[in-house]
Amino acid sequence: MEDVRINKKINIKGLVCPYTFVKSKLAVEDMEIGEVLEILLDYEEAARSVPKSMEELGQKVLKVEKINDTDWVLLIRKDRS
Amino acid sequence: MDFTEDQLQRYSRHIILPEVGGKGQKKILNAKVFIVGAGGLGCPVGYYLAAAGVGIIGMIDNDTVELSNLQRQIAHNTKKLGVHKVDSAKETFEALNPDVKIIGIKERISKDNIIDLIKDYDIIVDGSDNFPTRYLVNDACVMLKKPLVSGAILRFEGQVTTILPKEGHCYRCLFEEMPPPGLVPSCQEAGVIGAITGVVGSLQATEVLKLILGKGDILKNTLLIYDALKANFRRVKVPKNPECPVCSENPTITELLDYDAGYCRI
Ligand SMILES: [Zn+2]
Repeated sequence: MEDVRINKKINIKGLVCPYTFVKSKLAVEDMEIGEVLEILLDYEEAARSVPKSMEELGQKVLKVEKINDTDWVLLIRKDRS
Repeated sequence: MDFTEDQLQRYSRHIILPEVGGKGQKKILNAKVFIVGAGGLGCPVGYYLAAAGVGIIGMIDNDTVELSNLQRQIAHNTKKLGVHKVDSAKETFEALNPDVKIIGIKERISKDNIIDLIKDYDIIVDGSDNFPTRYLVNDACVMLKKPLVSGAILRFEGQVTTILPKEGHCYRCLFEEMPPPGLVPSCQEAGVIGAITGVVGSLQATEVLKLILGKGDILKNTLLIYDALKANFRRVKVPKNPECPVCSENPTITELLDYDAGYCRI
């Protein structure tokens, strides 16, 4: 994937659902359309449910990547306010 | 958005709703709602609005807690017998949620104090148990153009309607005059199944939250009637009356009246 400019990063390791989504959603609410959020998390279910919920809200999921034994990185672009 | 960790957890089930989110929850935290009555309807309305985090909740009631209230007035309890209802409710609601401020007023609402009492609030909820108060609150809200969520219960039946002055009907469009005291059910006839206050009060609280959020359809020009025995909800259209004595272009009632006259408080 070509370089994506990341505008904001949150580390929500240690959080479980629904707080993974609560934190992610609040972060997106505070961003401008077109900006990209990087989410670092270690709760496996959230690596599936957060992207799904973000898509339901009309946001673009650019990446879901397992980066080591415990952690995932998601990239979400805000497409809708 | 500056929520504390506790607030994130407390309101998480709101924040994850698309219709609420962080912005909506902030609106709720900044809202000011005034509830008339801390009885059957005021208790569940206040309870859910306090749980939702409504920042300031004003409540007026001049009564103290009696044993006969506890079959339905869920903010009070057996240890609060003899305590003013607004003090009892304040303790219950603030224990539920320290984010909310409850302003309890131990007075009877009247034409002389209502304007001052409600003028700084965003939304008014009528949980009163008598016709004079219902008409007083309606007329004052129309005059001040305040949204009013009105509820009533009797026996196994409940009613809810939301009055948006200028936009929709008012209580007098529905029932122009108070029924004369003789036609009102006597006090003995005025039983009520306790749980129905929870149904109607919860509907009122939900209308208030939708008004705060600006989401969904409001019970404007509509009376929602719940028949508990038939387990049935019915919506009745209530058109705005172009000749309404209080909310029409040329109202005949332009100041608050003396509403009390020989009414039994049901
Ligand atoms: Zn009217």
